[in-house]
Amino acid sequence: MNAHYAPPTATLELDSVGFIHRGHTLLKPTTLRLTGCQRTLIMGPNGAGKSLLMRLAHGLLTPTSGTVHWQGAPPAQAMVFQRPVLLRRSALNNLTYVLAIHKTARQNRKSQAMSALERFGLAHLAKRPARVLSGGEQQRLALARAWLLNPQVLFLDEPTSALDPAAIKAVEDAVLEFHHSGTRIVMTTHDLHQARRLADDVLFLHNGELLEHTSANDFFTAPSSREAGAFIRGELVW
Amino acid sequence: MLTSDNAFSTALALILSMDNALISIVVLSLQVSLVAVIIASLIALPLGAALALWRFPGRNVVIIALNALMGLPPVVAGLCVYLLLSRAGPLGAWGLLFTPTAMVIAQVILVLPIIAALTRQQVEALHSEYAEQLNSLGLTRLRMIPTLLWDARFGLITVILAGFGRASAEVGAVMIVGGNIDGVTRVMTTSIVLETSKGNLPMALGLGIILLALVTMINAIAHIIGETAKRRLG
Repeated sequence: MNAHYAPPTATLELDSVGFIHRGHTLLKPTTLRLTGCQRTLIMGPNGAGKSLLMRLAHGLLTPTSGTVHWQGAPPAQAMVFQRPVLLRRSALNNLTYVLAIHKTARQNRKSQAMSALERFGLAHLAKRPARVLSGGEQQRLALARAWLLNPQVLFLDEPTSALDPAAIKAVEDAVLEFHHSGTRIVMTTHDLHQARRLADDVLFLHNGELLEHTSANDFFTAPSSREAGAFIRGELVW
Repeated sequence: MLTSDNAFSTALALILSMDNALISIVVLSLQVSLVAVIIASLIALPLGAALALWRFPGRNVVIIALNALMGLPPVVAGLCVYLLLSRAGPLGAWGLLFTPTAMVIAQVILVLPIIAALTRQQVEALHSEYAEQLNSLGLTRLRMIPTLLWDARFGLITVILAGFGRASAEVGAVMIVGGNIDGVTRVMTTSIVLETSKGNLPMALGLGIILLALVTMINAIAHIIGETAKRRLG
């Protein structure tokens, strides 16, 4: 079985983290502290820098200024992308692959992978090539793959933006399951309803600037910035 | 008067006669080219993938050189190997000149740049799709090489076939380093040259038809395997 346990919560500190690409400031210097085992939703219109902030936090990109720092050792992390990147092999082998990467003993790989497939309702598709699964199934497979990494922090970049309502529900359930097993969630979305369903706290970005970091309740009832207010009311913010 | 009719009938007669000399020529041709392609692939696939993944000063020079070497004239490759392996050459003591081994060496030199350069292209394209996911999983670049080669496998079949096409079709290199010795280093392409120069055109054309048929068959098999697997895996 997959030994998920409540890990010691790690604290992520971003200290004046900025990102400039070819002379364009994509993220203004941002200072931020993510602590506790919360579900943090990063919100904002397209091009606000949500995905960028997440990639900097996960370590996929190096900031052009400032530092990204974990208190203590960097925790186990995983990331689920908007379009899942699955390998050209069966669903099951996509999972045994990450177990091999993480040096799980060969005789345990298949059983662990199968139990992850079962957990995400994919057991009947184990032998199917991952690339021919439906969008929702592919995203669940990406979540199953993340599950096997035992992450203390799970990053999700608009994981439901291309899915139908049933598939969105499945992904949201999976996110809650990760959270219940002690995984901190950091997720971007521009879907307000989804944010209301999932968020403990909200980071609101606009034009590469972090305008708010408040509890979800405060954000939805009394946003402090004009832009966040307009965003919640569904008015376009540019 | 040469007609295509008597070329085809000569080819057919050659095949039906199961002439021992002919069979040994066909077998040697396939052996030399297949061994050359296998050796070249073992070196060029990881080399091409590494070139796709690593950034280093002079990388563009290496890529341009590889691309240019795709057009290396076989006679030049043959000449270089000849100079290396001839009695007076640095590797003359090995006594390899005018052996099938020398022909394999020359063909490896011809095929390797093609496979390496095209692999670099394919892997680089695939890597741009996979990079974030593989980085997120914590893979080192070294560990990415087998993953990317395996996932690019359908495209790489075509790359290897391009290499095989070059090896099986060339005559200049095997002629120089093999010497077209009857029963030792005579292959299909060198036989065709010989028969043509003797004026035995139906025979030359007949051999050409057999060569073409063999190459077509190998390509067809690879194509069918590739397409079936691709359809299955999406």
